[in-house]
Amino acid sequence: MAPSVFQQVLDYANRADPYPLYAELRRTPVIREDDGRYVVSTYREIVALLHDPRVSSVRKESEEPPSFIRLDPPEHDRIRRVLNRHFGPPETPGRIDGMRPELLEIVTELIDRFAGKDQVDMVDEFAYPFPVTVICRLLGVPREDEPRFRVWADAVVEAIGPVGAEQERLYAKRDAAIVELRAYLSGLIEFHRRHPRDDLLSALATDDAVLGRMSRAELASNAALLLIAGHETTVNLITNGMLTLLRHPHVLERIRQRPELVIRTVEELLRYEPPVQILPDRVALDDIEIAGTVIPAGAPITLVLAAGSRDPDHVWDPDRFNPERIDPERFVLRRGGNQHLGFGGGVHYCFGAPLARVETQVALSELVSRLDNPRLLADPPPYRPNAVLRGPRHLMVGFDQVRPARVGRVPRAREEAAARAAAEAAAAKERS
Amino acid sequence: MRLAVDLTRCQGYAQCAFLAPDVFTMSGDEALLYDANPDDIQRERILRAAAACPVQAIILDHRDEREARPAAAEANRSGTAAAVERIVIVGASLAGLRAAHALRTGGFTGSLTLIGDEPHRPYDRPPLSKQVLTGQVPAQRTVLPRSTGLDVDWRLGQPAIGLDRARRRVHVAGGGEVDFDRVLIATGVRARPWPNVAEAALDGVFVVRGRDDAAELRERLAAGPQRVLVIGGGFLGSEVASDCCDLGIPVTVVERGPQPLVGAFGGVLGAVAAELQRANGVDLRCGVAVEALEGDADARLVRARLSDGSTLDVDLAVAALGAVRNVEWLRDSGLAAGPWGVACDAGCRAFDVNGVVTDDIFVAGDVARFPHPLYEYQLLALEHWSNALNQAEIAAHNMISDESDRWPHLALPVFWSTQFGVEIKSVGVPTFSDEVLVTQGSTAERRFVAVYGKDGRVTAAVTFNQSKWLEFYAGLIERSAPFPPEFRGVDHPAKAKPPVAAGPVPAAIPIQAVPYHATVMVTGHHPSERRARLVHPSG
Ligand SMILES: Cc1cc2nc3c(=O)[nH]c(=O)nc-3n(C[C@H](O)[C@H](O)[C@H](O)COP(=O)(O)OP(=O)(O)OC[C@H]3O[C@@H](n4cnc5c(N)ncnc54)[C@H](O)[C@@H]3O)c2cc1C
Ligand code: HEM
Ligand code: SF4
Repeated sequence: MAPSVFQQVLDYANRADPYPLYAELRRTPVIREDDGRYVVSTYREIVALLHDPRVSSVRKESEEPPSFIRLDPPEHDRIRRVLNRHFGPPETPGRIDGMRPELLEIVTELIDRFAGKDQVDMVDEFAYPFPVTVICRLLGVPREDEPRFRVWADAVVEAIGPVGAEQERLYAKRDAAIVELRAYLSGLIEFHRRHPRDDLLSALATDDAVLGRMSRAELASNAALLLIAGHETTVNLITNGMLTLLRHPHVLERIRQRPELVIRTVEELLRYEPPVQILPDRVALDDIEIAGTVIPAGAPITLVLAAGSRDPDHVWDPDRFNPERIDPERFVLRRGGNQHLGFGGGVHYCFGAPLARVETQVALSELVSRLDNPRLLADPPPYRPNAVLRGPRHLMVGFDQVRPARVGRVPRAREEAAARAAAEAAAAKERS
Repeated sequence: MRLAVDLTRCQGYAQCAFLAPDVFTMSGDEALLYDANPDDIQRERILRAAAACPVQAIILDHRDEREARPAAAEANRSGTAAAVERIVIVGASLAGLRAAHALRTGGFTGSLTLIGDEPHRPYDRPPLSKQVLTGQVPAQRTVLPRSTGLDVDWRLGQPAIGLDRARRRVHVAGGGEVDFDRVLIATGVRARPWPNVAEAALDGVFVVRGRDDAAELRERLAAGPQRVLVIGGGFLGSEVASDCCDLGIPVTVVERGPQPLVGAFGGVLGAVAAELQRANGVDLRCGVAVEALEGDADARLVRARLSDGSTLDVDLAVAALGAVRNVEWLRDSGLAAGPWGVACDAGCRAFDVNGVVTDDIFVAGDVARFPHPLYEYQLLALEHWSNALNQAEIAAHNMISDESDRWPHLALPVFWSTQFGVEIKSVGVPTFSDEVLVTQGSTAERRFVAVYGKDGRVTAAVTFNQSKWLEFYAGLIERSAPFPPEFRGVDHPAKAKPPVAAGPVPAAIPIQAVPYHATVMVTGHHPSERRARLVHPSG
């Protein structure tokens, strides 16, 4: 029997350009696969299901307790709420914005190391080490341990989504990796509890309000999620970003002229080349009638985010990469903004989205401004195997030379951040 | 910079508060407060925030709307619509400004006059009873964002005093007149004052509708009053009470009904709101009325006398007694304008006194009263931000379109309120209901979804800090889905309970014997494709 369109999407042969297949998928917004899975590919239907209380994220995974990405409300909300205490508003509003100087510093150092070369592997020399360094510093995970947790993270990522014939082997490998990763993080959390520093794990491990609402095992499980989600996705957004900009040199030129355009470029990338292409494993808790189909209770649901973000019924001219897009149809009455599914939607909307955005904005604007005459040395690049977390394994980029970092930027950003932190501390003092 | 957040779209994702923390702040899990006119130094952060908003709810000053205008809009303008050269909008606030924008993006190039009795450029009111009273944002920093190319003849500080239908002319105070081919009535409402004129004039007695009211009240709150009395436990009163709690000012809410918010949500959720207030330290007194306000020798408020015989020492009182429609200027216009507002059809065209529809006079916003198919074609008057916005857009489109290309105003009513760190949202019309059921979450934790029904159909839903689910329930309302909704879903309340009477909600309409049942459904997303459909059980 001929493979279904969705099976072709999963086929590694189509990894470099799945978008024509997505267009084919969208012709039937909700398709039942032979294995009983319902594949949803149109924008409105995906948005509806992301906000539908009859759709669950709970899946059986051998390792308990599950991290909150695999929980439903109210447990999901409880854990997300608690983890957020030291990550974002309302309790810690300035943390991510305050990281900008540090991010710029890391990026500056990585690009400085390009000096003297005329080509680099954008993945190994930039897009991977950058977010890893960031998430390690944020969480308080020693950067030197990267070779250890990289193995575990890879095992987890490889097993995401429908992985075909190798499923058994990959799942076993993943389960073993999760056990080790959690044990590693448990040890680390215990260490931070006794020797707290200025990082997220220390803050969580020493906050009674956190510990009262979350067990140690839950903390380790969710720390593992943050560690993996914190770098396995951003690497692809940065890499896809460089790849796409080099395929669209006029946009790259526009960013050079108007640096703030990088903000909308990142949004357009999340729409056009999203790192998370598919949410593979939702489950219907009840019969759900949608787009003329009934998804029966108990059926697995697969949301093809990347297809939805290019749905012509949602965006105008969807296959064009255009950070300055204003949708004229919709602009008549509404804001012409870019609404995409790059970070999902509903209660599971990406927890790390603000960090990923700021990281990618800093990364791309520095690459664009510091590389002279950058160009792709191989197009398409080789891809990593996974269809769900899709991105190049390598991206060879050539350039004439590396310009020095703009002087004064790092110190200025630092000053601003310090002023903010002082103001926040004063406000906190006033409150208490 | 100027910005506004469409909080009916906002689902509390907090992306803006992460990326521009000095401009956007979260109060509790989902409620967003923001500075509408932040310093330019924040510009880049605001661009990051606006781009990141997953539902694109942040509206900024924008460049010329006409640059972005599709050529199609121009081409559409032919026939009678092309004969529209002069448009006058009376009421320079949310609905008026939105209509002006929509007219320009819709291709209207003729003369556009905006008449407003307030001296200020259009500003946003919801922040007034929230971040303005708490002092987070000064009252004057609430100016609404605008397009650079609006090209409007502003007549600010000039009340309209009459509408001459025959001559198609608006009379302005001081003797001016402005001719029109089409006019939009968007004069909104004003606060219902404390009924006793002498008592209302006491120093320390306030209402909150405009920016100047809020500025003055803010000053008094900052001075640290002994106790604030809030008269009326509706949304406005509850928000003011919440502000007082934030500021650590003792506050008493006196509500004539059995619970706060009872007029909007009925008794079941009213009880939840009452709990919320008490837990936050509000001295809440229900089933009691304020009978008199008393002043000292210098006519300064010192005391309130309540209907239960008690007295309260207070130095500040806020009358939150609802609204009066600004229709006096239309007295001799021959339109169906009265205390109920200005009646119009679903295409926003005003009715004359006979109930016959006009074709050059349009209505939008708080002053309008319009039929909604989902609610048995009853005339609704909604004092909701998003209704003003949506209705203004429909009115603008219809003002410059041919008969065959008119759009109906079929948006579902949506509303939000921010109080005590809770984002309260509603969709549909809870008062057009007699039963209610909690389908998700927990009222005790004040994070839940409640669904309303009437005659076996879903009519409304209300969320407390659960706004990400609201769209799902909007869909049930649009499809006139059966009530009680029966589905298995996440976060079902511990024990499935049968729906209970919604509590005393003001009667919607007298129940009549109808010869047959018909159900209305509304479909379509973009206003150009949104339509109502009657479904008869017989086929
Ligand atoms: C304090 C406060 C808080 C609110 N909070 C919320 C909220 O949380 N959620 C929500 O959904 N809604 C809220 N609202 C309601 C929302 O602000 C209104 O629905 C919205 O302002 C309606 O806009 P409008 O343009 O129709 O009317 P208005 O804003 O009332 O504007 C009408 C304008 O016309 C002017 N005018 C009147 N008569 C004349 C005349 N004869 N000539 C010229 N001009 C005239 C008025 O002075 C006014 O400027 C709130 C309102 C207030 C006052
Ligand atoms: C470009 C980079 C990123 C992309 C494209 C991305 C995408 C997504 C998507 C689509 C989801 C939804 C999953 C679902 O609904 O099941 C998600 C969830 C999540 N992401 Fe990200 N992510 C990125 C970066 C990050 C970072 C940097 C972190 C951590 C700091 C992070 C942490 C999480 C977590 C914890 C969840 C689960 C949220 C929940 O279930 O409530 N992500 N992400
Ligand atoms: S939905 Fe948009 S406006 Fe609302 S809190 Fe989130 S980012 Fe801010």
